Amino acid sequence: MTFTLSRNSFGRLVLVGANGTAHDGIVPVRAFGITAPDYGIALMSADGKELQWIESLDTLPEDTRSLIVAELAQREFVPEIRRIISVSSYATPSTWQVDTDRGETALILKSEDDIRRLRSTSYANALLIADSQGIHFLIRDRLGLDAHSQKILKRFL
Amino acid sequence: MTASDTLPEAWQAELFACLAPDEQLIAWLELDLDDHLDFRPGLVALSDRRLITTGASNLSWNNWPLSAGLTLTHHDNAGVGTLELENAQGRLARWRYTLGRSPAALRFEREFVRQRDSVASGQPPPPPSVATCPICQMQLQPDEEDCPNCVRELHTPPSTWTLLRIWRFARPYKGQLIAGFLLTLAATAATLVPPYLTMPLMDDVLIPYQNGTPIDPNKVAWLLGGLLGSALLAWALNWARTYILALVSERIGADLRTTTYEHLLKLSHEYFGGKRTGDLLARIGSETDRINVFLSLHLLDFATDVLMIVMTSVILFSINPWLALVTLTPLPIIAWMIHLVRDKLRTGFEQIDRVWAEVTSVLADTIPGVRVVKAFAQEAREAQRFREANKHNLEVNDRLNRIWSLFAPTVGLLTEIGILVVWAFGIWLVSKDQITVGVLIAFLAYISRFYTRLDSMSRIISVTQKAAAGAKRIFDILDHVSSVPEPVNPVTLPPLKGGIHIDKVSFRYGNRAVLHGIDLKIAPGEMIGLVGHSGSGKSTLVNLICRFYDVTEGAIRVEGTDLRSIAIADYRRNIGLVLQEPFLFFGTIAENIAYGKPDATRAEIVAAARAAHAHEFILRQPHGYDSLVGERGQSLSGGERQRISIARALLIDPRILILDEATSAVDTETEFEIQSALNNLIRGRTTIAIAHRLSTLRRADRLVVMDRGRIVEIGNHEALMASAGAYWRLYQAQTKQLDAPPALGEDGSPS
Repeated sequence: MTFTLSRNSFGRLVLVGANGTAHDGIVPVRAFGITAPDYGIALMSADGKELQWIESLDTLPEDTRSLIVAELAQREFVPEIRRIISVSSYATPSTWQVDTDRGETALILKSEDDIRRLRSTSYANALLIADSQGIHFLIRDRLGLDAHSQKILKRFL
Repeated sequence: MTASDTLPEAWQAELFACLAPDEQLIAWLELDLDDHLDFRPGLVALSDRRLITTGASNLSWNNWPLSAGLTLTHHDNAGVGTLELENAQGRLARWRYTLGRSPAALRFEREFVRQRDSVASGQPPPPPSVATCPICQMQLQPDEEDCPNCVRELHTPPSTWTLLRIWRFARPYKGQLIAGFLLTLAATAATLVPPYLTMPLMDDVLIPYQNGTPIDPNKVAWLLGGLLGSALLAWALNWARTYILALVSERIGADLRTTTYEHLLKLSHEYFGGKRTGDLLARIGSETDRINVFLSLHLLDFATDVLMIVMTSVILFSINPWLALVTLTPLPIIAWMIHLVRDKLRTGFEQIDRVWAEVTSVLADTIPGVRVVKAFAQEAREAQRFREANKHNLEVNDRLNRIWSLFAPTVGLLTEIGILVVWAFGIWLVSKDQITVGVLIAFLAYISRFYTRLDSMSRIISVTQKAAAGAKRIFDILDHVSSVPEPVNPVTLPPLKGGIHIDKVSFRYGNRAVLHGIDLKIAPGEMIGLVGHSGSGKSTLVNLICRFYDVTEGAIRVEGTDLRSIAIADYRRNIGLVLQEPFLFFGTIAENIAYGKPDATRAEIVAAARAAHAHEFILRQPHGYDSLVGERGQSLSGGERQRISIARALLIDPRILILDEATSAVDTETEFEIQSALNNLIRGRTTIAIAHRLSTLRRADRLVVMDRGRIVEIGNHEALMASAGAYWRLYQAQTKQLDAPPALGEDGSPS
């Protein structure tokens, strides 16, 4: 452990490195946000420089880890689609009513190109859907969705 | 309209309950995320004295009185916007929303600042500034929430009604269209004559003959003559209407294409930045063609079919209403069944389209990158990818073919069943002496005609949807208003001397501020070098000077005239642009040099080429100045292409010259040649040069050092070196890199 991490009154993370300099506004970033969220987390300075590389959160003391986990939870926003309730039309742009792990919402699909297959071996059936505002929605296993959702999805694939 | 009028009803009761009687609601922001980033509605409101917001549960409300020390800041990350309320001691509250609400959040923040300053100073707030669309920078009407331009393209699914808008292009051909319609009517009527003539042929000739009456040759001649005559008439009329309508629809298609292209060329640089080339090509090329085919083929056929069914029904009912009723009853059922099958097929065909796109995308990926594929010996893997895409294609096709192969026989079967019903009821009627055999035969002749048309009619729904989608994509382009609008009353530009005044210019790209308060006066004939890290806003500044974008705040003036009041083409004639990646059009070298001045004489072209140090290598080409160069000038080296583009800029003799990394793509020796070509170009012109290699900017009168959208230093090389600031650091970093390449350790890795 060559660094300490704390949260200041502005809610920002402060990192004090081995040489004693404090950095305000630390941003933790996962290196493989979707395919391997637990491997490799970098602590970045406010101007985007890597200050600390953490290979695994498990090696950290409890308080540091919970700070990082809490901050990550505040920054990461990839709602996972559990169910496609309805779509406004099969021609794009189309408004999808979806149920996600973060609650029900609507997304606007600008074109079929915004649905991307993740070509990773561990997530062969995963899809990443970018909506018109740039939010990425994840479907972790498209064959694991219910029949109704799969039927809708098929029209766009 | 005040803020309390527009407040969504769901919040009204709760919010108004916590307001004091004389408290006035100024603004509100509806949130769609809670603090844990779950989708949950929330509200933050601004009154004339405090900020009020829904708490952790929607029932409790928190509030903060406005005071001078409060600040509201926003930032965004991965599609989520955050609004933070802070005072000197720390953060008081935080609100989250998806980026779609970002314009509203920015507005809310502006209102907050106005209101806070007013509370702090005791003065009434200043009048609101004019809002602009955060995406395209167009000025918004006071009552507009979002820019109609940007919202429409994103959110509206294609509607079949879009097709009606094509009327705008059809109007000039009104006369031909009416003629075409009348011809269609006549031609359809003519095709309905032959079955009618079978009636007397049967009842008055054949059946009496079977009963012993001899055939009357005169009557037969008349009837057969009638059959031939109506066939000939139908042929002539059909030819005329198909020809006229095809002519018209071709012209409508061509008008649509040229209008769209002309409009597209007028759109701003920004529009092209956000669109893929392939997509635009498809819109202008194949989409217009699809609409064309829809008009000339599908719509025409459909209209003919409808006319035929209406006319046939009228004839049938006039002959025998009962038989007509029985004949027509199965029709809707059959039509519905055909439609059902078609619907299944349509999704299948759509899927095939997409799978096909997947197959081609493998090709599009691999062929341009074939050097990489070969270098890393990944041919087998790419072949495997292609094989898999093809396998997927086969699977989808097989599934579809199963239904497809069933389709034609099914339509046949349904038709036969329909005819069977007519036979059965007809025989029964004949046996009751209600109708003659001739009538039954005529009915069967009519009915078999339009049963076969049902299939093609059922297709109209999907082709209409496709054409409507195409029309929408085209009208998206046509409806897009350029974010760099032409002035209504353009100022005629006096001959420019080349002075540019950049006055407190800020620029936002989307929600991201790229330039902040840039202030710079450039004298005529001066050379300015723009220096800074990538992303510091150099290219954006140059794009603003070229007026590829309009400034968000402030103004750029040439000789005292605001750029926005000058006709764009007029102004750009004064600008010579040399880019990092010189673009050569397909054509001869001479044509490429004369691109900005098509009427240039040969002597002018040669002079420009000489000055650009391009003359000699051009003469080494097989046909000299008439040598063809490809789309990207394949046969020429990077430095040669660059010198042609310098000659192109020289030929129009611009007052303002912009060099955007003009020498960074070539080696040092070529750079030297280009540099001396550039020296000819720069002489006597206002020049703004961006260069990565600082050594190329030695000749600049002033260097402007930019960092994160701000000017941090201005001065010449010596002065900036002496002050040991940002420029000095950049320069040190570069010379260190050049003088001392990192030494390699024994194992080949950097030590």
